Amino acid sequence: MNVHVRTSYAQADRLFPTRSAAFWYGLLGLALLAAPFLLESYYLSQLVFVLIYAIVGIAMNVLSGQAGQISIGHAAFFAIGAYMGAVASNHEIPLPVYLVGAGAFTGLVGYLAGLPALRLHGIYLAIATLAFAFIVEEILARWEAVTNGNEGMMLFEPTVVGQTLGETSFYYLCLLVAVLVLLAAVNITRSPTGRAFLAIRDSETAARSMGIDTARYKTAAFAISAGFTGVAGVLYAHKLSFISPEMFSLLVSIDFVMIIIIGGLLSIRGAIFGAIFMIMSDPLLILMKDELPGLVGGLMGTVGIGGAVADSVQAGLGRVLNAPGLKSLIFGLLIILFIIFEPLGLDGRWLRIKAYLAQFPLYRPATGGRARMYLKSERNR
Amino acid sequence: MSYFSVENLSVRFGGLTAVDDVSFDVEEGEVFTIIGPNGAGKTTLFNLISRLYTPTSGTIRFRGEDITRLSAQEIAGRGIARTFQNIELFESASTLQNLLVGRHRHSTTRIWQDLLRTRKVREEEIEHRRAAEHVIDVLRLQRYRDMPIGGLPYGVRKVVEVARALCVGPSLLLLDEPSSGLNVEETDAMAEWILEINRRLKITVLMVEHDMSLVSRVSDRVLALDAGRIMALGTAEEVQGHPDVIAAYLGA
Amino acid sequence: MIDFIQQLIGGVALGCVYGLIALGFVLIYKATEVVNFGQGEIMMLGAFLSYTFIVMLGLDYWIGFLLCVIAMAIIGSLMERVVIRPILGYPQFSVVMATIGLGLVLRALAGIIWGTDDLRIETPFSGGVLRVGSLVLAQDSLSIIVATALLCVVLYAFFRFTRVGVAMQATSQNMLAAYYMGIPVKRMFSLIWALAAAVACVAGVLLAPITLVHSNLGFLGIKAFPAAVLGGFGSIPGALAGGVIIGVVESLSGFYLPEGFKDVAAYVVLLAVLLWRPQGLFGSHAVKKV
Repeated sequence: MNVHVRTSYAQADRLFPTRSAAFWYGLLGLALLAAPFLLESYYLSQLVFVLIYAIVGIAMNVLSGQAGQISIGHAAFFAIGAYMGAVASNHEIPLPVYLVGAGAFTGLVGYLAGLPALRLHGIYLAIATLAFAFIVEEILARWEAVTNGNEGMMLFEPTVVGQTLGETSFYYLCLLVAVLVLLAAVNITRSPTGRAFLAIRDSETAARSMGIDTARYKTAAFAISAGFTGVAGVLYAHKLSFISPEMFSLLVSIDFVMIIIIGGLLSIRGAIFGAIFMIMSDPLLILMKDELPGLVGGLMGTVGIGGAVADSVQAGLGRVLNAPGLKSLIFGLLIILFIIFEPLGLDGRWLRIKAYLAQFPLYRPATGGRARMYLKSERNR
Repeated sequence: MSYFSVENLSVRFGGLTAVDDVSFDVEEGEVFTIIGPNGAGKTTLFNLISRLYTPTSGTIRFRGEDITRLSAQEIAGRGIARTFQNIELFESASTLQNLLVGRHRHSTTRIWQDLLRTRKVREEEIEHRRAAEHVIDVLRLQRYRDMPIGGLPYGVRKVVEVARALCVGPSLLLLDEPSSGLNVEETDAMAEWILEINRRLKITVLMVEHDMSLVSRVSDRVLALDAGRIMALGTAEEVQGHPDVIAAYLGA
Repeated sequence: MIDFIQQLIGGVALGCVYGLIALGFVLIYKATEVVNFGQGEIMMLGAFLSYTFIVMLGLDYWIGFLLCVIAMAIIGSLMERVVIRPILGYPQFSVVMATIGLGLVLRALAGIIWGTDDLRIETPFSGGVLRVGSLVLAQDSLSIIVATALLCVVLYAFFRFTRVGVAMQATSQNMLAAYYMGIPVKRMFSLIWALAAAVACVAGVLLAPITLVHSNLGFLGIKAFPAAVLGGFGSIPGALAGGVIIGVVESLSGFYLPEGFKDVAAYVVLLAVLLWRPQGLFGSHAVKKV
């Protein structure tokens, strides 16, 4: 078992509480730095998407995981960032300027969007964010002078001080932004702001009685979350080189929420797990479509089921797998299954595995249980 | 001028007058207890003072300042902290984190500084930790420091509520039924804590209580409320012997 | 003027559909504090089932309608049992997402089972029109309004006069007390979901002739949110009032405002109302008792 002995408050506060944690994270950092030289182009490209989604996941964690505010309209912030990036880049404004600028502007929009949050709770807030996202999407589609409407916009390659960013440089840019956002989010958790967030999440009444200005921190959570998402939007726009309003629909907002549901609502690491999962899901689905019917057929052959039964099962499987709605079906099922069985997401499962290995053979399955709150009405929060 | 005073305070919810023209003073350094049968308006009075409710009329003064119109968070900033009858701890966090939230009004760093974790943030974090640990030592919560609140026994959570309020660094501490739900030993311990907080930490205590033995043991003065109105005010024996009070509790 | 009235009626009819879906939201929310984001998809499923009964199996319209409602009621209570029951007591965020997941699953299943083409159902009202002076009113729209009114009367009577209805009200107000009074609370949940699913099915079947049956019908459910929120999530009349308001706003803005405003008009109205009254038009403001 790992027993951490801490000899000073400063030590307890460190980013990497143990030497082994520092070692493993350091190794991860080196691997990420070396990635362009180790991975093929396709995988590097997927890694860039992972980084972009990780930034959004962290943003969702700050707002929903830490501060407990529901948002199912985050695609709006993503879109605003993306379009600002597109417009700025086409006007030859330097990348660093509009990267930060888009983040700041989106943060401001987030602040404004957070103002209604002061008076709305729970479900009302969720629906208000939904309404907000629809309105933004519609504005982007209609404001053809700036956004080219439903035809979408093309982007030039990103350039920094005159140099075009190739694939590798763009990857490092995304990595840099992701690390900065990660550090900022981790800093929040270790600071009075983070504690104010958790107070607001768990009991606004008590938070106010402890002197926390709930209005200020709620809007701040929205602003920070929106700002991070906006920056991710800029990177996304450059990655795809083309954006249009339908790429930022409600389904994308749901995807974003899925990142933290699958990954783990309460932790930043969870957001990263969730991002990895969401990006890997597409290649996995394709793999499944191609391989699974054959695999099942082979399995049935080994077991001894042959002939017409095997063929019809394979055909049926093939039809289901190739149906257009398959991804939604699987995502929907995953959401439900994760919420029922893995409320803390992949991060929770990871922690339980670590605990199992650390405590073996004394591990008790009930270690990771979750307290249910049947009788506590959330209507009166 | 008294340390803390309530003047002609009333609150009406629709047709119900929960607190009716209540006035009393609290001296600095005393333990002042409010008693009364259920539904007398004691917790409502508390909620008015800590500004979770807005009074319909009347004034509340603390150290000469009129605090009637301040918001709940500003009240905490003035040095008034409270506990909650039904425990409003932050269930998903550890004891230490709950206490650190209590320290909030002592932090001077702005949100952007927190994001960047400037030197000021780091220094203040150590300071907050030190102060929280001091409270943990006083209330003997070392065992529970890193445990999430959700898993703690009820008696411990009551103490953590008090600890968190202490971290606010209050001059006036409002305790809402500190012994409710506690057994005899725990109530005993709570009495000791209250005395220690009052005598050693020099904090004025205003509390609501049902347990008469606890009331007699720690209170300097007692106020009896019934149906939102004052029945009696005096020392514990005086109030307990007052005919109106006896009638209210036992039914005339 | 004539145009205005016609648009108004059309808006009211559309609003009734929104109102019926919003009604389902409110029913479930009041009883279990769960907001069923999949309610629109349940309506869609109802429409598809009615297609199966009426067109594919060739049953009489009314029989098919009835069978469909019964089937959806059963499916609704099954959904509650399988998906919602295990997560009762979890934070609202999780439950909301679970219902969104449910909606996704239903939509995908509909696409897989019935395909992605628009399907048409013939009803006794199809194509018929009622002429009042120079007004031309589609019978489909009128049937929606009439049916909604009838349904409301039935529901009112149900909640007011039947034992089950009163028990449901008790459950929604105080779960614990209802338990103590011997009300089988968990069975009430299933019943509420069954009822909400049945109501959604009615909405779907009424809507089918107008919009055709396709798997994106569920998105209409999203429009029903503003309706429910406007109505304050607390009462059935509120849900309907909210629905009608949204329907009328949408219909009129589609007619009088430039293109594109129709879709967002509902949301703009919603945000405006929420900023003015955060608890919705008819909702009540609850303050936590500490």
